[in-house]
Amino acid sequence: MGDNGAGKSTLVKVIAGNFAPSAGEIFISDAKVEFHKPLDAQRAGIEVVYQDLAICDNLSAAANVFLGRELTRRVGPIQILDYARMRIRAGELFARLKSETRPRDLVRRMSGGQRQAVAIARALLSDAKIILMDEPTAAISVRQVAEVLNLIRYLSDHGIAVVLVSHRMPDVFQVADRIAVLRRGRLVASKRASESSPEEVTGLITGAIEFA
Amino acid sequence: MAAMLACLALSLLTDTFATERNLFNVSRNFAFVAIIALGMTAVIASGGIDLSVGSAVVLSSMTVAVLMSAGMPFWIGIPAALGVAVLMGAVNGILIAYAGMPPFVVTLGMLSVARSLAMVLSNNKMIYQFGPDHDLLLALGGGSTMGLPNPLIVMALLAGITGFIFKWTRWGQHLFAMGGNENAVKLTGIPVRQLKVSVYVFSALTAGITGVLEVGWLGGVTTNLGQGMELSVIAAAVIGGANLAGGVGTAFGAVVGALLIEVIRNSLILLGISTFWQGAFVGSFIVIAVAFDRFRSVRQG
Repeated sequence: MGDNGAGKSTLVKVIAGNFAPSAGEIFISDAKVEFHKPLDAQRAGIEVVYQDLAICDNLSAAANVFLGRELTRRVGPIQILDYARMRIRAGELFARLKSETRPRDLVRRMSGGQRQAVAIARALLSDAKIILMDEPTAAISVRQVAEVLNLIRYLSDHGIAVVLVSHRMPDVFQVADRIAVLRRGRLVASKRASESSPEEVTGLITGAIEFA
Repeated sequence: MAAMLACLALSLLTDTFATERNLFNVSRNFAFVAIIALGMTAVIASGGIDLSVGSAVVLSSMTVAVLMSAGMPFWIGIPAALGVAVLMGAVNGILIAYAGMPPFVVTLGMLSVARSLAMVLSNNKMIYQFGPDHDLLLALGGGSTMGLPNPLIVMALLAGITGFIFKWTRWGQHLFAMGGNENAVKLTGIPVRQLKVSVYVFSALTAGITGVLEVGWLGGVTTNLGQGMELSVIAAAVIGGANLAGGVGTAFGAVVGALLIEVIRNSLILLGISTFWQGAFVGSFIVIAVAFDRFRSVRQG
Protein backbone atom coordinates (compact mmCIF):
# COMPACT_ATOMS: atom_id res chain seq x y z
CA MET A 1 0.00 0.00 0.00
CA GLY A 2 1.01 3.61 -0.33
CA ASP A 3 -0.13 7.01 -1.47
CA ASN A 4 0.06 8.20 -5.07
CA GLY A 5 3.71 8.57 -6.01
CA ALA A 6 4.93 6.32 -3.20
CA GLY A 7 6.60 4.07 -5.78
CA LYS A 8 4.21 1.13 -5.84
CA SER A 9 3.88 0.86 -9.58
CA THR A 10 7.58 1.50 -10.07
CA LEU A 11 8.40 -1.35 -7.70
CA VAL A 12 6.05 -3.62 -9.66
CA LYS A 13 7.78 -2.66 -12.89
CA VAL A 14 11.17 -3.39 -11.37
CA ILE A 15 10.04 -6.83 -10.20
CA ALA A 16 8.50 -7.49 -13.61
CA GLY A 17 11.74 -6.64 -15.37
CA ASN A 18 10.48 -3.49 -17.10
CA PHE A 19 12.89 -1.24 -15.19
CA ALA A 20 16.34 -2.08 -13.84
CA PRO A 21 16.64 -1.41 -10.10
CA SER A 22 18.95 1.51 -9.29
CA ALA A 23 19.95 -0.34 -6.12
CA GLY A 24 19.11 -3.55 -4.31
CA GLU A 25 18.64 -7.19 -5.18
CA ILE A 26 15.72 -9.52 -5.89
CA PHE A 27 15.48 -12.98 -4.34
CA ILE A 28 12.96 -15.65 -5.25
CA SER A 29 12.85 -18.62 -2.86
CA ASP A 30 16.26 -17.52 -1.50
CA ALA A 31 17.82 -17.55 -4.95
CA LYS A 32 19.13 -14.27 -6.29
CA VAL A 33 17.68 -13.27 -9.65
CA GLU A 34 18.40 -10.49 -12.13
CA PHE A 35 15.90 -9.37 -14.73
CA HIS A 36 16.98 -7.41 -17.77
CA LYS A 37 13.73 -7.65 -19.65
CA PRO A 38 10.13 -8.72 -18.95
CA LEU A 39 10.80 -12.13 -20.47
CA ASP A 40 13.41 -12.89 -17.79
CA ALA A 41 10.85 -12.25 -15.06
CA GLN A 42 8.27 -14.37 -16.88
CA ARG A 43 10.74 -17.24 -17.02
CA ALA A 44 11.24 -16.95 -13.28
CA GLY A 45 7.49 -17.40 -12.80
CA ILE A 46 6.49 -13.78 -12.33
CA GLU A 47 3.43 -12.46 -14.10
CA VAL A 48 1.90 -9.01 -13.93
CA VAL A 49 -1.71 -7.92 -14.11
CA TYR A 50 -1.46 -4.21 -14.86
CA GLN A 51 -3.49 -1.28 -13.64
CA ASP A 52 -4.92 -0.53 -17.08
CA LEU A 53 -5.13 -4.30 -17.54
CA ALA A 54 -2.85 -4.15 -20.60
CA ILE A 55 -5.57 -5.70 -22.72
CA CYS A 56 -6.41 -5.12 -26.36
CA ASP A 57 -10.09 -4.25 -26.72
CA ASN A 58 -10.21 -5.16 -30.39
CA LEU A 59 -9.12 -8.78 -29.89
CA SER A 60 -10.95 -11.79 -28.51
CA ALA A 61 -10.48 -12.99 -24.96
CA ALA A 62 -8.47 -15.98 -26.17
CA ALA A 63 -6.22 -13.81 -28.34
CA ASN A 64 -5.52 -11.58 -25.35
CA VAL A 65 -4.66 -14.50 -23.12
CA PHE A 66 -2.15 -15.73 -25.67
CA LEU A 67 -0.87 -12.34 -26.83
CA GLY A 68 2.87 -12.65 -27.49
CA ARG A 69 2.75 -16.41 -26.80
CA GLU A 70 0.39 -17.53 -29.52
CA LEU A 71 0.12 -21.23 -30.18
CA THR A 72 0.94 -22.11 -33.75
CA ARG A 73 0.83 -25.15 -35.91
CA ARG A 74 2.76 -25.98 -39.01
CA VAL A 75 1.07 -26.07 -42.39
CA GLY A 76 3.64 -26.89 -45.01
CA PRO A 77 6.48 -24.41 -44.67
CA ILE A 78 4.62 -21.81 -42.59
CA GLN A 79 3.53 -21.48 -38.99
CA ILE A 80 -0.10 -20.48 -38.62
CA LEU A 81 -2.05 -19.57 -35.53
CA ASP A 82 -3.81 -22.47 -33.88
CA TYR A 83 -7.09 -20.75 -32.97
CA ALA A 84 -8.84 -23.97 -31.97
CA ARG A 85 -6.23 -24.96 -29.40
CA MET A 86 -5.96 -21.42 -28.03
CA ARG A 87 -9.72 -21.23 -27.54
CA ILE A 88 -9.81 -24.55 -25.74
CA ARG A 89 -6.91 -23.65 -23.45
CA ALA A 90 -8.37 -20.21 -22.70
CA GLY A 91 -11.75 -21.82 -22.00
CA GLU A 92 -10.11 -24.15 -19.48
CA LEU A 93 -8.45 -21.24 -17.73
CA PHE A 94 -11.71 -19.27 -17.50
CA ALA A 95 -13.43 -22.35 -16.14
CA ARG A 96 -10.72 -22.68 -13.51
CA LEU A 97 -11.32 -19.07 -12.55
CA LYS A 98 -15.06 -19.75 -12.42
CA SER A 99 -15.55 -16.89 -14.85
CA GLU A 100 -18.28 -16.76 -17.47
CA THR A 101 -15.89 -15.24 -19.98
CA ARG A 102 -16.17 -16.86 -23.40
CA PRO A 103 -12.89 -17.20 -25.33
CA ARG A 104 -14.34 -15.99 -28.65
CA ASP A 105 -15.90 -12.80 -27.29
CA LEU A 106 -14.29 -9.47 -27.98
CA VAL A 107 -12.90 -7.86 -24.86
CA ARG A 108 -14.58 -4.58 -25.86
CA ARG A 109 -17.95 -6.05 -24.93
CA MET A 110 -16.88 -7.36 -21.53
CA SER A 111 -17.53 -6.19 -18.00
CA GLY A 112 -14.71 -5.07 -15.74
CA GLY A 113 -14.77 -8.40 -13.88
CA GLN A 114 -14.54 -10.39 -17.09
CA ARG A 115 -11.63 -8.25 -18.28
CA GLN A 116 -9.94 -8.91 -15.00
CA ALA A 117 -10.43 -12.63 -15.56
CA VAL A 118 -8.80 -12.30 -18.98
CA ALA A 119 -5.83 -10.53 -17.45
CA ILE A 120 -5.50 -13.15 -14.73
CA ALA A 121 -5.91 -16.02 -17.18
CA ARG A 122 -2.93 -14.53 -19.01
CA ALA A 123 -0.93 -14.87 -15.83
CA LEU A 124 -2.13 -18.42 -15.16
CA LEU A 125 -1.20 -19.52 -18.65
CA SER A 126 2.48 -19.59 -17.83
CA ASP A 127 2.07 -21.41 -14.50
CA ALA A 128 3.16 -18.33 -12.64
CA LYS A 129 4.41 -18.67 -9.07
CA ILE A 130 4.04 -14.99 -8.29
CA ILE A 131 1.36 -12.71 -9.69
CA LEU A 132 1.74 -8.98 -9.33
CA MET A 133 -1.55 -7.08 -9.46
CA ASP A 134 -1.40 -3.34 -9.85
CA GLU A 135 -4.63 -1.69 -8.69
CA PRO A 136 -6.97 -4.38 -10.05
CA THR A 137 -9.97 -2.85 -8.30
CA ALA A 138 -9.36 0.78 -9.19
CA ALA A 139 -11.88 1.27 -11.96
CA ILE A 140 -14.66 -1.26 -11.51
CA SER A 141 -18.03 -1.55 -9.80
CA VAL A 142 -18.63 -2.92 -6.31
CA ARG A 143 -19.98 -6.24 -7.54
CA GLN A 144 -16.97 -6.64 -9.79
CA VAL A 145 -14.60 -5.83 -6.95
CA ALA A 146 -16.02 -8.82 -5.10
CA GLU A 147 -15.39 -10.96 -8.20
CA VAL A 148 -11.80 -9.84 -8.37
CA LEU A 149 -11.20 -10.44 -4.68
CA ASN A 150 -12.58 -13.95 -5.16
CA LEU A 151 -10.12 -14.48 -7.98
CA ILE A 152 -7.29 -13.36 -5.74
CA ARG A 153 -8.37 -15.77 -3.01
CA TYR A 154 -8.62 -18.53 -5.58
CA LEU A 155 -5.06 -17.88 -6.69
CA SER A 156 -3.60 -17.82 -3.20
CA ASP A 157 -5.52 -20.99 -2.27
CA HIS A 158 -3.78 -22.68 -5.18
CA GLY A 159 -0.29 -21.85 -4.01
CA ILE A 160 0.25 -18.75 -6.12
CA ALA A 161 1.67 -15.77 -4.30
CA VAL A 162 -0.27 -12.62 -5.15
CA VAL A 163 1.30 -9.21 -4.65
CA LEU A 164 -1.63 -6.81 -4.61
CA VAL A 165 -0.92 -3.13 -5.10
CA SER A 166 -3.84 -1.04 -3.98
CA HIS A 167 -4.88 1.98 -2.04
CA ARG A 168 -8.31 0.62 -1.24
CA MET A 169 -8.01 -0.30 2.40
CA PRO A 170 -11.01 -2.70 2.65
CA ASP A 171 -9.83 -4.79 -0.30
CA VAL A 172 -6.40 -5.22 1.17
CA PHE A 173 -7.61 -6.26 4.58
CA GLN A 174 -10.06 -8.71 3.02
CA VAL A 175 -7.50 -10.72 1.08
CA ALA A 176 -3.99 -9.96 2.31
CA ASP A 177 -1.91 -12.13 4.63
CA ARG A 178 0.81 -9.56 4.87
CA ILE A 179 0.81 -5.81 4.37
CA ALA A 180 3.74 -3.68 3.27
CA VAL A 181 3.56 0.10 3.16
CA LEU A 182 5.62 2.36 0.92
CA ARG A 183 6.04 6.06 1.55
CA ARG A 184 8.00 8.29 -0.84
CA GLY A 185 9.89 5.36 -2.26
CA ARG A 186 10.79 3.71 1.06
CA LEU A 187 9.44 0.64 2.81
CA VAL A 188 8.05 1.84 6.13
CA ALA A 189 6.24 -1.30 7.25
CA SER A 190 5.89 -4.99 6.43
CA LYS A 191 3.81 -7.00 8.85
CA ARG A 192 1.02 -9.57 9.09
CA ALA A 193 -2.39 -8.15 8.26
CA SER A 194 -3.80 -9.74 11.40
CA GLU A 195 -1.34 -7.76 13.54
CA SER A 196 -2.17 -4.44 11.90
CA SER A 197 -5.25 -2.30 11.50
CA PRO A 198 -6.67 0.09 8.90
CA GLU A 199 -5.91 2.96 11.27
CA GLU A 200 -2.27 2.00 11.62
CA VAL A 201 -1.87 1.56 7.84
CA THR A 202 -3.50 4.94 7.17
CA GLY A 203 -1.05 6.50 9.60
CA LEU A 204 1.86 4.80 7.86
CA ILE A 205 0.69 5.91 4.42
CA THR A 206 0.30 9.56 5.39
CA GLY A 207 3.40 9.65 7.58
CA ALA A 208 1.52 10.24 10.84
CA ILE A 209 3.17 7.01 12.00
CA GLU A 210 6.85 7.05 11.09
CA PHE A 211 7.58 3.32 11.00
CA ALA A 212 6.08 0.00 12.08
CA MET B 1 -22.25 -5.58 -50.87
CA ALA B 2 -22.32 -1.88 -51.68
CA ALA B 3 -19.82 -2.40 -54.49
CA MET B 4 -21.95 -5.08 -56.08
CA LEU B 5 -25.08 -2.96 -55.83
CA ALA B 6 -23.27 -0.03 -57.41
CA CYS B 7 -21.99 -2.20 -60.25
CA LEU B 8 -25.42 -3.66 -60.84
CA ALA B 9 -27.10 -0.25 -60.83
CA LEU B 10 -24.55 1.06 -63.29
CA SER B 11 -24.87 -1.80 -65.71
CA LEU B 12 -28.59 -1.09 -65.83
CA LEU B 13 -28.26 2.70 -65.99
CA THR B 14 -25.63 2.89 -68.68
CA ASP B 15 -25.04 0.63 -71.62
CA THR B 16 -21.28 1.16 -71.47
CA PHE B 17 -20.46 0.05 -67.93
CA ALA B 18 -20.81 -3.66 -68.45
CA THR B 19 -18.81 -3.68 -71.67
CA GLU B 20 -15.69 -5.78 -71.58
CA ARG B 21 -13.49 -2.82 -72.47
CA ASN B 22 -14.78 -0.69 -69.61
CA LEU B 23 -14.63 -3.46 -67.01
CA PHE B 24 -11.05 -4.19 -68.08
CA ASN B 25 -10.18 -0.53 -67.53
CA VAL B 26 -11.96 -0.27 -64.21
CA SER B 27 -10.32 -3.38 -62.86
CA ARG B 28 -6.88 -2.25 -63.94
CA ASN B 29 -7.32 1.26 -62.58
CA PHE B 30 -8.54 0.15 -59.22
CA ALA B 31 -5.90 -2.55 -58.85
CA PHE B 32 -3.17 0.06 -58.34
CA VAL B 33 -4.98 1.81 -55.54
CA ALA B 34 -6.09 -1.52 -54.07
CA ILE B 35 -2.56 -2.93 -53.89
CA ILE B 36 -1.35 0.05 -51.87
CA ALA B 37 -4.55 0.08 -49.83
CA LEU B 38 -3.54 -3.39 -48.60
CA GLY B 39 -0.30 -1.96 -47.24
CA MET B 40 -2.10 1.10 -45.93
CA THR B 41 -4.61 -1.07 -44.11
CA ALA B 42 -1.74 -2.76 -42.29
CA VAL B 43 -0.34 0.64 -41.28
CA ILE B 44 -3.72 2.02 -40.22
CA ALA B 45 -4.61 -1.15 -38.32
CA SER B 46 -1.31 -0.87 -36.45
CA GLY B 47 -2.35 2.62 -35.35
CA GLY B 48 -0.23 4.63 -37.79
CA ILE B 49 -0.56 6.37 -41.14
CA ASP B 50 1.66 6.45 -44.22
CA LEU B 51 1.40 9.58 -46.35
CA SER B 52 4.47 8.77 -48.42
CA VAL B 53 3.02 5.97 -50.56
CA GLY B 54 2.35 8.19 -53.59
CA SER B 55 5.97 9.29 -53.55
CA ALA B 56 7.11 5.70 -53.05
CA VAL B 57 5.27 4.90 -56.28
CA VAL B 58 7.06 7.58 -58.28
CA LEU B 59 10.47 6.91 -56.74
CA SER B 60 10.34 3.17 -57.37
CA SER B 61 9.00 3.55 -60.89
CA MET B 62 11.64 6.17 -61.61
CA THR B 63 14.32 3.85 -60.26
CA VAL B 64 13.29 1.04 -62.56
CA ALA B 65 12.91 3.46 -65.46
CA VAL B 66 16.31 5.08 -65.04
CA LEU B 67 18.13 1.78 -64.55
CA MET B 68 16.49 0.06 -67.49
CA SER B 69 16.79 3.00 -69.83
CA ALA B 70 20.51 2.91 -69.01
CA GLY B 71 20.57 -0.61 -70.45
CA MET B 72 20.11 -2.73 -67.34
CA PRO B 73 17.98 -5.87 -67.62
CA PHE B 74 14.62 -5.99 -65.84
CA TRP B 75 15.88 -8.44 -63.23
CA ILE B 76 18.16 -5.73 -61.90
CA GLY B 77 15.76 -2.84 -62.42
CA ILE B 78 12.74 -4.29 -60.66
CA PRO B 79 14.47 -5.59 -57.53
CA ALA B 80 16.29 -2.27 -57.29
CA ALA B 81 12.98 -0.40 -57.49
CA LEU B 82 11.45 -2.60 -54.80
CA GLY B 83 14.64 -2.21 -52.76
CA VAL B 84 14.34 1.57 -52.88
CA ALA B 85 10.73 1.33 -51.70
CA VAL B 86 11.71 -1.00 -48.87
CA LEU B 87 14.46 1.41 -47.87
CA MET B 88 11.95 4.27 -47.75
CA GLY B 89 9.66 2.20 -45.56
CA ALA B 90 12.56 1.28 -43.30
CA VAL B 91 13.56 4.93 -42.86
CA ASN B 92 9.94 5.83 -42.08
CA GLY B 93 9.64 2.95 -39.64
CA ILE B 94 12.93 3.60 -37.87
CA LEU B 95 12.16 7.29 -37.36
CA ILE B 96 8.70 6.43 -36.05
CA ALA B 97 9.59 3.44 -33.89
CA TYR B 98 13.04 4.31 -32.57
CA ALA B 99 13.02 8.12 -32.59
CA GLY B 100 9.41 8.15 -31.41
CA MET B 101 8.28 10.70 -34.00
CA PRO B 102 4.63 10.89 -35.07
CA PRO B 103 3.92 8.85 -38.24
CA PHE B 104 2.02 11.75 -39.80
CA VAL B 105 5.04 14.05 -39.68
CA VAL B 106 7.65 11.47 -40.66
CA THR B 107 5.76 10.21 -43.69
CA LEU B 108 4.76 13.74 -44.69
CA GLY B 109 8.47 14.58 -44.78
CA MET B 110 9.17 11.41 -46.74
CA LEU B 111 6.42 12.35 -49.22
CA SER B 112 8.34 15.48 -50.09
CA VAL B 113 11.84 13.97 -49.98
CA ALA B 114 11.04 10.93 -52.15
CA ARG B 115 9.29 12.94 -54.87
CA SER B 116 12.16 15.36 -54.97
CA LEU B 117 14.62 12.45 -55.25
CA ALA B 118 12.61 11.11 -58.18
CA MET B 119 13.03 14.50 -59.88
CA VAL B 120 16.76 14.51 -59.18
CA LEU B 121 17.06 10.97 -60.50
CA SER B 122 15.30 11.70 -63.78
CA ASN B 123 16.31 15.34 -64.11
CA ASN B 124 12.52 15.88 -64.22
CA LYS B 125 12.27 14.37 -67.72
CA MET B 126 9.79 11.83 -68.92
CA ILE B 127 11.31 8.40 -69.51
CA TYR B 128 9.68 6.14 -72.09
CA GLN B 129 12.57 4.06 -73.44
CA PHE B 130 13.45 1.14 -71.18
CA GLY B 131 16.48 -0.42 -72.86
CA PRO B 132 16.78 -4.06 -73.94
CA ASP B 133 13.89 -5.35 -71.77
CA HIS B 134 11.52 -2.55 -72.81
CA ASP B 135 8.77 -4.86 -74.04
CA LEU B 136 8.97 -7.13 -71.03
CA LEU B 137 8.44 -4.25 -68.58
CA LEU B 138 5.51 -2.92 -70.58
CA ALA B 139 3.94 -6.36 -70.79
CA LEU B 140 4.26 -6.81 -67.04
CA GLY B 141 2.12 -3.84 -66.09
CA GLY B 142 0.17 -3.23 -69.28
CA GLY B 143 -0.47 -6.72 -70.53
CA SER B 144 -2.95 -9.32 -69.51
CA THR B 145 -2.95 -13.03 -68.78
CA MET B 146 -5.94 -15.16 -69.70
CA GLY B 147 -8.01 -12.06 -70.36
CA LEU B 148 -7.30 -10.50 -66.97
CA PRO B 149 -5.07 -7.43 -66.67
CA ASN B 150 -1.82 -8.29 -64.91
CA PRO B 151 -2.16 -5.63 -62.18
CA LEU B 152 -5.50 -7.18 -61.27
CA ILE B 153 -3.91 -10.61 -60.93
CA VAL B 154 -1.09 -9.21 -58.78
CA MET B 155 -3.68 -7.40 -56.67
CA ALA B 156 -5.75 -10.55 -56.16
CA LEU B 157 -2.65 -12.52 -55.16
CA LEU B 158 -1.48 -9.84 -52.74
CA ALA B 159 -4.97 -9.47 -51.27
CA GLY B 160 -5.08 -13.21 -50.64
CA ILE B 161 -1.64 -13.22 -49.05
CA THR B 162 -2.34 -10.14 -46.94
CA GLY B 163 -5.67 -11.46 -45.78
CA PHE B 164 -4.00 -14.71 -44.78
CA ILE B 165 -1.22 -12.91 -42.94
CA PHE B 166 -3.65 -10.68 -41.04
CA LYS B 167 -5.72 -13.59 -39.81
CA TRP B 168 -3.35 -16.51 -39.46
CA THR B 169 0.10 -15.29 -38.50
CA ARG B 170 1.58 -13.96 -35.30
CA TRP B 171 2.74 -10.88 -37.21
CA GLY B 172 -0.85 -10.10 -38.19
CA GLN B 173 -2.14 -10.75 -34.69
CA HIS B 174 0.52 -8.51 -33.12
CA LEU B 175 -0.12 -5.78 -35.66
CA PHE B 176 -3.79 -5.57 -34.78
CA ALA B 177 -3.00 -5.85 -31.08
CA MET B 178 -0.60 -2.93 -31.41
CA GLY B 179 -3.32 -0.84 -33.02
CA GLY B 180 -5.68 -1.79 -30.20
CA ASN B 181 -3.40 -1.07 -27.26
CA GLU B 182 0.24 -0.42 -27.99
CA ASN B 183 1.15 -0.29 -24.33
CA ALA B 184 -0.30 -3.73 -23.69
CA VAL B 185 1.70 -5.18 -26.54
CA LYS B 186 4.87 -3.58 -25.23
CA LEU B 187 4.27 -5.05 -21.77
CA THR B 188 3.88 -8.58 -23.12
CA GLY B 189 7.42 -8.37 -24.44
CA ILE B 190 6.56 -8.34 -28.16
CA PRO B 191 9.29 -6.35 -29.94
CA VAL B 192 7.09 -3.40 -30.81
CA ARG B 193 9.77 -1.38 -32.58
CA GLN B 194 10.76 -4.06 -35.07
CA LEU B 195 7.07 -4.71 -35.63
CA LYS B 196 6.46 -1.04 -36.47
CA VAL B 197 9.37 -0.88 -38.88
CA SER B 198 8.11 -4.01 -40.63
CA VAL B 199 4.64 -2.49 -41.03
CA TYR B 200 5.99 0.61 -42.79
CA VAL B 201 8.27 -1.53 -44.93
CA PHE B 202 5.26 -3.60 -45.95
CA SER B 203 3.30 -0.50 -46.91
CA ALA B 204 6.20 0.94 -48.91
CA LEU B 205 6.71 -2.40 -50.64
CA THR B 206 3.12 -2.47 -51.86
CA ALA B 207 3.70 1.05 -53.21
CA GLY B 208 6.90 -0.13 -54.88
CA ILE B 209 5.11 -3.02 -56.57
CA THR B 210 2.48 -0.59 -57.82
CA GLY B 211 5.20 1.71 -59.09
CA VAL B 212 6.78 -1.04 -61.18
CA LEU B 213 3.41 -2.11 -62.59
CA GLU B 214 2.36 1.43 -63.40
CA VAL B 215 5.44 2.03 -65.56
CA GLY B 216 4.36 -0.83 -67.75
CA TRP B 217 0.78 0.33 -67.89
CA LEU B 218 1.55 3.96 -68.73
CA GLY B 219 4.52 3.15 -70.97
CA GLY B 220 6.39 6.08 -69.52
CA VAL B 221 7.22 7.75 -66.23
CA THR B 222 6.93 11.40 -65.29
CA THR B 223 7.66 12.87 -61.89
CA ASN B 224 4.03 13.63 -61.15
CA LEU B 225 3.10 9.94 -61.14
CA GLY B 226 1.26 8.99 -57.97
CA GLN B 227 0.71 12.58 -56.91
CA GLY B 228 -2.15 12.74 -54.41
CA MET B 229 -2.45 8.98 -54.57
CA GLU B 230 -2.00 8.65 -50.80
CA LEU B 231 -5.40 10.26 -50.39
CA SER B 232 -7.21 7.77 -52.64
CA VAL B 233 -5.40 4.95 -50.88
CA ILE B 234 -6.29 6.13 -47.40
CA ALA B 235 -9.85 6.72 -48.59
CA ALA B 236 -10.00 3.17 -49.96
CA ALA B 237 -8.72 1.70 -46.70
CA VAL B 238 -11.15 3.77 -44.64
CA ILE B 239 -14.14 2.99 -46.86
CA GLY B 240 -13.06 -0.63 -46.56
CA GLY B 241 -13.54 -0.44 -42.82
CA ALA B 242 -10.06 0.38 -41.53
CA ASN B 243 -10.32 2.52 -38.42
CA LEU B 244 -7.87 5.42 -38.23
CA ALA B 245 -7.77 4.96 -34.45
CA GLY B 246 -6.11 1.59 -35.11
CA GLY B 247 -6.88 -2.05 -34.48
CA VAL B 248 -9.48 -2.55 -37.20
CA GLY B 249 -9.23 -3.30 -40.92
CA THR B 250 -9.32 -6.13 -43.44
CA ALA B 251 -7.56 -6.92 -46.69
CA PHE B 252 -10.88 -7.66 -48.34
CA GLY B 253 -12.24 -4.31 -47.18
CA ALA B 254 -9.28 -2.48 -48.68
CA VAL B 255 -9.97 -4.04 -52.06
CA VAL B 256 -13.68 -3.29 -51.88
CA GLY B 257 -12.95 0.29 -50.83
CA ALA B 258 -10.63 0.81 -53.79
CA LEU B 259 -13.16 -0.78 -56.12
CA LEU B 260 -15.94 1.48 -54.88
CA ILE B 261 -13.92 4.63 -55.44
CA GLU B 262 -13.04 3.57 -58.96
CA VAL B 263 -16.62 2.56 -59.76
CA ILE B 264 -17.87 5.94 -58.57
CA ARG B 265 -15.25 7.75 -60.62
CA ASN B 266 -15.97 5.63 -63.66
CA SER B 267 -19.72 5.96 -63.37
CA LEU B 268 -19.54 9.76 -63.17
CA ILE B 269 -17.67 9.75 -66.45
CA LEU B 270 -20.07 7.30 -68.07
CA LEU B 271 -23.09 9.25 -66.87
CA GLY B 272 -21.58 12.31 -68.49
CA ILE B 273 -21.11 14.28 -65.28
CA SER B 274 -18.26 16.78 -65.39
CA THR B 275 -15.00 15.44 -63.94
CA PHE B 276 -14.90 18.53 -61.75
CA TRP B 277 -17.54 16.82 -59.63
CA GLN B 278 -15.43 13.71 -58.96
CA GLY B 279 -13.78 15.06 -55.84
CA ALA B 280 -17.12 16.06 -54.33
CA PHE B 281 -18.63 12.64 -54.91
CA VAL B 282 -15.65 10.62 -53.69
CA GLY B 283 -15.20 12.92 -50.69
CA SER B 284 -18.85 12.70 -49.66
CA PHE B 285 -18.70 8.98 -50.06
CA ILE B 286 -15.78 8.67 -47.65
CA VAL B 287 -17.67 10.67 -45.03
CA ILE B 288 -20.83 8.63 -45.56
CA ALA B 289 -18.93 5.34 -45.28
CA VAL B 290 -17.32 6.40 -42.01
CA ALA B 291 -20.63 7.72 -40.71
CA PHE B 292 -22.26 4.35 -41.39
CA ASP B 293 -19.48 2.63 -39.50
CA ARG B 294 -19.87 5.07 -36.65
CA PHE B 295 -23.64 4.49 -36.34
CA ARG B 296 -23.09 0.76 -36.37
CA SER B 297 -20.53 0.82 -33.57
CA VAL B 298 -22.65 3.19 -31.50
CA ARG B 299 -25.57 0.79 -31.73
CA GLN B 300 -23.42 -2.17 -30.75
CA GLY B 301 -21.62 -0.38 -27.93
